[in-house]
This record gives sequence, structure tokens and C-alpha cells, in this order.
Amino acid sequence: MTDTRTESRGRVLTGVHFMLGNYAVAEGALAAGCDFFAGYPITPANEISERMSQRLPEVGGVFVQGEDELASIYALAGASLAGAKAMTATASAGFNYMQEGLGYCYAVEAPVVVVDVQRCRGENFASQADVMQMRWGASGDYEAIVLAPSSVQELFDYAIRAFNLAEKYRSPVIVMSETTLALMRERILIPPADAIPIVNRRKVTQPPSPEFLPYKAEPSGTPDWAPLGSGYNVIYSLNPHDERGRIDWDPNVFEGLYKRITGKIRDNRKDICFTESFHMDDAQIALVTYGSEVRPAIDAAELARDKGIKVGVLKLGTVWPVPEDEIREVAGQVDAIISVEMNMGKYAGEVERVVGGRCRTFRATKNRGLIHSPDEILAVIEEARR
Amino acid sequence: MTINPMRKYVRPHGLPHFFCPGCGAGQVLQYFTRAAHELSLNLDNIVAIGGVGCAARIPIYLNVDVLHGVHGRTLAWAMGIKLAKPELKVVVFAGDGDAVSIGGNHFIHAARRNLDVTMIVVNNLNFAMTGGQVAPTTPYSSVTTTTPYGSGEPPFDICRLAETAGATYVARWTPNKPLQAIRSIKTALSHKGFSVVEIVAQCPTHFGRYAIGSGNPADLLKWIDERSITKVQAESLDPSEREGKFVLGEFVNTERPVYRGTTRYEVERAE
Ligand SMILES: Cc1ncc(C[n+]2csc(CCOP(=O)(O)OP(=O)(O)O)c2C)c(N)n1
Ligand SMILES: [Mg+2]
Repeated sequence: MTDTRTESRGRVLTGVHFMLGNYAVAEGALAAGCDFFAGYPITPANEISERMSQRLPEVGGVFVQGEDELASIYALAGASLAGAKAMTATASAGFNYMQEGLGYCYAVEAPVVVVDVQRCRGENFASQADVMQMRWGASGDYEAIVLAPSSVQELFDYAIRAFNLAEKYRSPVIVMSETTLALMRERILIPPADAIPIVNRRKVTQPPSPEFLPYKAEPSGTPDWAPLGSGYNVIYSLNPHDERGRIDWDPNVFEGLYKRITGKIRDNRKDICFTESFHMDDAQIALVTYGSEVRPAIDAAELARDKGIKVGVLKLGTVWPVPEDEIREVAGQVDAIISVEMNMGKYAGEVERVVGGRCRTFRATKNRGLIHSPDEILAVIEEARR
Repeated sequence: MTINPMRKYVRPHGLPHFFCPGCGAGQVLQYFTRAAHELSLNLDNIVAIGGVGCAARIPIYLNVDVLHGVHGRTLAWAMGIKLAKPELKVVVFAGDGDAVSIGGNHFIHAARRNLDVTMIVVNNLNFAMTGGQVAPTTPYSSVTTTTPYGSGEPPFDICRLAETAGATYVARWTPNKPLQAIRSIKTALSHKGFSVVEIVAQCPTHFGRYAIGSGNPADLLKWIDERSITKVQAESLDPSEREGKFVLGEFVNTERPVYRGTTRYEVERAE
């Protein structure tokens, strides 16, 4: 008998690497403390599972290939409630199936991380067409946290951020990947383990008692967590439940629960949302964009500047919740905002809602299995220029 | 005043339950508490899981950690819990629809993997909570709310399905055989590996009224009893004679390694 795990590389592969996007998101998860992964094969997310099947046993974690996406997402829910830091990875078609289990995780406040590598229906071409599904794909009321990396480095970095937000708010967090990024290789820097901030969910401090209220969540809106099997006897039901956890048919209970579950995200937008600006200082036109589209958008802004048009880029690190303050501030500065995305026009509607007429708005949208070229974006900039 | 020794298994303020008068789910709840009592199970170590349906509400009344409220995914939850915290005892309560209709795929894969959980299937031969529709377990030609002219589908035999897929403990009883049911639940709870106990139970409200024409629980229990035969009796019958019968007994009790995850941790290689 030989143990294949004896050559453990450890959790954090500190150093400089030339790494595949899918591997980077897996490494980010491991660095964040991920110790449970369940997934079902689907291209272009497969390298995430493959990497996890190799790496998790090295660090004492568990890898499961579920019989389908439903098994995988619910295994995450069970593992998370038992205390694991759990992740899955899928691509659009599989993400459809996972909505059901995500709905359960939002309802019982089980922190999990889901990587959705968006693809075109059934084909592995570039797309951002799931951006709306990532927000409210499941039934019921909740608010999603969705992070949109634009590079291989950010796949690593945002995976860590995703786990930390999931733990802090006891909520699923989705890392919105794309064919483009997942299958790209780039140079990345993995910092030393002690330079990586790790957040762990707050555990209950009082001992078990019949008066214990597992869903009492004051003042933060996020309840403390009572690990499964420690005597607290909590009901984790999808159905509306009171602070005790019992299924309740009182409209006030429904409303209070929905208000808290949405409120714990909405009221903390300042903590959750982040954006980045490029060439924005003197910009008169702003490209508001996310994910891989940030890359041609920056190129287009630079091409425009060569022509004397002052263009900047607002990159949305979080697409959900919407970084409303940041978009509104830009709308107050520029003459025009152009929403750039790889679908037939989805998030653009959200940007226009937030802009609320403060400036003119345009769209550079496209769904042809191809990322925008800088020239295509430049054409819309020319149109927006007065 | 003496307190019923089973009371400690019931969630404080948890009662009254929502089962119809005469429903078999209440009996199964009691079988479980008796089995737990006789085995002196530590409640703090148990996670009980229910999906959606009448039977799925059984765990709601138990004073343990509970996952509930999604149809058919009980074993997927159980898999995550067992792999993340193997020291917990996980018990699934499922209706027939939960277990082998919407959850059928998870069922055969849990059996194949020998997931170390106990699944108690309350087979009331129909989708009760939704109003008495046909289920994959409804006897051929039965009238239900979606088979007004009689079911045209042959039913699953849950125990044979479990056995074929690899479950390591499999038994079937009915509320006409409560002591045997409790004994099998005890064996299942003490078993290492995927254990399935099917209780063919009465749903007087739906199956009783539509399929046998009586909403009286006793009539339906009698109807089930008349169709129940032992494993030994079944052996002397040919398949056509066995059709429509409920074969009772313990069908499998074996051991093999339990599921720990998809990749092995140690690899044996030929030198
Ligand atoms: C995804 C989903 N589909 C359908 C339903 C509606 N539904 C509730 S209970 C049930 C079937 C119940 O049958 P069974 O599992 O046999 O339990 P019983 O009520 O008979 O005990 C169905 C289909 C649901 N809750 N969720
Ligand atoms: Mg049923």
C-alpha cells in the first residue's frame, strides 16, 4: 500500500505561476480553507473538479463527484451546515439545475461557493448570458452576492473573497466565471498563507437550551451558527420559519424572515460591493462593464484617448448586489455611460435604472460566442460622442 | 405523574402533529422513537432529514437537528453531512415519491456507494400531500386522482431496487407488524452502510378513499394485510402470482466498505 498523499503540496502554493483560470479558482478556494467539493462533469468547468480531486485529499478535504448537479449542490448544503467550507463548479446548463439547491442554501443560510463558468447553450463559447440568473434564479426572496473576476489572478483572489463573504453573511456566493477566463493561462502571484485574510462564520456562544433561537440575528442580520450534531437541535427548513426554526404560517413571520434575509445583504452593500476605475479621472464617457469584457473595454478606452476622446472604465467587481453608489457617482461625472456585456442586453437595464437619467446611456452588447473586440466598443464610443 | 419515556425524543412545543387521523406516518414516528429508546441513542448525535411530503414531516417533530423542505434531495444532503462529519448518525424519512420518484437517482447512487445512512421509506402507495396522485409505487390498475381509470404503470418494488443497487441492509414491514418494524429500524440504525427500511403504510385520506373505496384506516390496514406475504411464502410463488403482493421480511444484511468520497485516499498498486 502506498499513500499517494504523502507529497502534499499544502494549501497555499505561494509563488509565481503561469496558471489556467480553472486551476486558479480552485487554488483560491483551497487558500481560503475550502475542504469540501462536490460537482458534476461539465465543460468548461472540468479542470476545477479535476484539480480539486487531486488537491483536496492532499489537505485532508473531501472530493465528491455527484450523480448530478442536484446531488452536488445539496451535498454542499449538508457539508456546510456540518461546518465545511464547501464549493462546487459548473457551467450554464448545470447551473440551471443548481438553482433549486441554491434556493435552499439562501433559505437556511448555509454558506457555500458556486463557480459558474458561463458558456453558450451547450457549446463552449464565450458568454455572459447567465448574469440575471445568478441574481434570482431560484424561487423565493433573497439577495445574491455575485463576484465577477476579469483575469486569472482575480479568479484566485475572488475565490478567497467569495469564501470570506459567504462565511461572514452565511449566504451562498457565486463566482461568475466565463469560458474566456476559465480556459486562459496567465501569470499569477499566490501570496504567503499569512498574507491571506480568512473569515470564519461566527459560532453560537451560549450552551444548548430549549430557549435557544437559532435564527435570531441581532444586530448584524446574520445569525450565529450552531454546528450540526452539537445539541442545539435546529430545524433547517426551506419553509418559512420563526426564530426558533419552527415552520410557521404567520404572515408576520414570513415578512420578518424575508426582510432579514434580503436586508442582511442590502444593508451591507458598502461592505460587499467593490469596483475599480481605469482612466476615470477626466473621463467624459464611461464604459461600465464586468468580467472578461473589462479587458477589451480598457483597450477601447485607450484607443479612444489616442483619438482625443476622454473615455474611462468602471469595472464592477460585484455585479450583485449592484454597486449603485459607484455607478451613480460616475453618472454624475460623465456625459454618457456605455454598458458593455456579452449578452443581448441584460445588466445594461440595471445600469440604466441606477443612472436614472443623470446622463445619456448606450449599450455595447453582443452574443456571438466571442468577446467584444476593442474596435467594436470604439464604434459605440464614437456613437455616444457628441 | 410519570412522563412518557418517548417524550424526550419529541421537540418541545412541537405537537400537535399535522398528520390526518389514522395516517401511518404517526406510527412510523413512534417506531423510530421506540427504536431510538431501546438503543439508547444519543439525540445530540443524530441528524434527521425529511424532504417534502407527509412522511417528510416526521423529523420536524423529533428533538434533533433537522434538514427539511426540498423534495427528493434528502440523500444528497445526507451525503454532504456524512462526508463532512462522519461521526454523526443520519436518518432520512422519505415518502415513496420523495425516495424513488423525484429522488430515485439519488437513491440508487446512495445504495451503490453504500452511504452510511438509514433511510426509512413510508410507502403509502401515492403522493399524499399533493392530494393522492399516482406514484411509482402505486399498484397497477389502482384508481388515484391522476389515474381515474386505473393506473397503467407497473410499480417499483423499493426493496428490490435497493438490493439491486447495492444497499447493505434492506427490510420491509407494515403497521400490521409493528414489532418487526421496530426491530428492523433498530437493526438499520445499528448497521454500518446504506440501510433501507420500507414501511408499506396506510394513507386513508387519499389512497384509501380513491383506490380501495374506504377512508377508514382499519379497512386499508386490512387491505394491506391481505396482500402481505412472508419472504418464505414468496419464494414458492412464481412472479405472476407475486404481483400485487407486499413481500415482508429482511432481504439483505451484509457488510462492505462505506462511502468516504469519490477519490480513494490510499492507492494499492501492483508492485
Ligand atoms: C420540486 C417539487 N416538486 C413538487 C412538489 C410538490 N409535492 C409536495 S409533496 C409531493 C409528493 C409527496 O409524495 P411522497 O413523497 O410519497 O410523500 P407523502 O406525502 O405521500 O408522504 C409533491 C410532488 C414540491 N414540493 N417540490
Ligand atoms: Mg407517498
